[in-house]
Amino acid sequence: MNKVVAGADQAIADVSDGAILMLGGFGLCGIPENCIAALVRKKVKDLTCISNNAGVDDFGIGLMLQQRQVKKMISSYVGENAEFERQLLSGELEVELIPQGTLATRCLAAGYGMPAIYTPAGVGTEVAAGKETRVFNGKEYLMEMAFAADFAIVKAWKGDTHGNLIFRATSRNFNPLMAMAGKITIAEVEELVPAGQLEPDHVHTPGIYVHRIFQGSNYEKRIEQRTARTR
Amino acid sequence: MSNEPRGRVKEFFMAMTKEQIAQRIARELRDGYYVNLGIGIPTLVANYIPAGMNVALQSENGLLGMGPFPYAGEEDADLINAGKQTITTVPGSAFFDSAMSFGMIRAGKVDLTVLGAMEVSQDGDIANWKIPGKLVKGMGGAMDLVASARNIIVAMMHTNPKGESKLLPACMLPLTGRRCIKRVVSDLAVLDIHDGKFHLLERAPGVSVDYIREKTAGELVVLGDVPEIEF
Repeated sequence: MNKVVAGADQAIADVSDGAILMLGGFGLCGIPENCIAALVRKKVKDLTCISNNAGVDDFGIGLMLQQRQVKKMISSYVGENAEFERQLLSGELEVELIPQGTLATRCLAAGYGMPAIYTPAGVGTEVAAGKETRVFNGKEYLMEMAFAADFAIVKAWKGDTHGNLIFRATSRNFNPLMAMAGKITIAEVEELVPAGQLEPDHVHTPGIYVHRIFQGSNYEKRIEQRTARTR
Repeated sequence: MSNEPRGRVKEFFMAMTKEQIAQRIARELRDGYYVNLGIGIPTLVANYIPAGMNVALQSENGLLGMGPFPYAGEEDADLINAGKQTITTVPGSAFFDSAMSFGMIRAGKVDLTVLGAMEVSQDGDIANWKIPGKLVKGMGGAMDLVASARNIIVAMMHTNPKGESKLLPACMLPLTGRRCIKRVVSDLAVLDIHDGKFHLLERAPGVSVDYIREKTAGELVVLGDVPEIEF
């Protein structure tokens, strides 16, 4: 029941070349900073990364792109990253763009043990190419398959030694969905507490989905678009 | 309407500003509405919610009850909107994961969706995510939103920078969704889409029916006197 590992390097030690990874976060919000740094250190390559975005040039998944560790991105939106654009245009990087709700729900399906979902998103567009469709109550839906990922790497606010997770504000985003969807799920948390310290009613992700957990350090939590008003 | 605006400068003065488009769309809001506002002109709609009206703004990364930008120095990296800008919450707000966020959109719980478009067709098709030959950043949540929302308003300029109509018989750009748009508020007019035609409902101040007809490439139905929008 104790899922605690010493740190990011131990947590991702068995991620090998060619692995399919899910990485939580929306933009730079709620990304697993410590594990991304460890993946860069490990120099693992030919990765397929399922993540809503691809980071920025010098942060998030952008750090892995800089080292040419990513073979394919599966995302809904990949702007704000010049190195990403360069690799895409040169053919070094493959990108599969899918609607954001489809991305989220394909994670959910994996975590709920359902092989596929039906969604109206993308019907009549190029996203529908080659996909099975079905009409329910007069409306057309696409069948979209549950994801299969070797590792899901997520970031939570608090976690306990049993792997129970609590997320904070909009840094929740894809994290609990991906946490449910990995063959191996790795969670880095800002605060790790002994089992029993989290209120069971407050747990977002039950520990059964989490295989490894550690308390991260030196979180930068970079803000992509700092917008403010004056008093 | 004998003195029709023709010149570019004149046109600029006669048409509605982006703020006025937002102001006009805000008149569609009703007390108790849950509303999703896209990036660009749609975001401005939040500035025109009538005083005393309760409207909850949904941010599809996982928040209902989005508030204004934080005061300088109070930005929270864990609290951003779908445009990755730092924001705040209002009393009574709720956070959730991205699957639930698109779940409530798909299930038709969101009362009004406002988004931008590059092209809209007289059949209600919309294109707003991809220009062939240009780097594609992705559809984000747009395909999910247009495929599911019961009530969508497109906020857009009537013509592109070259002066060409964006209201077309058929979209030329890759589609975001098929037969899903029912209302457009442009800088020139308010139009409904049904029966495979645009139907002119209201004119921007000082803009003639003939001018709108000239700038609408799709089939336009005009019945009786078309009222001018008042501000």
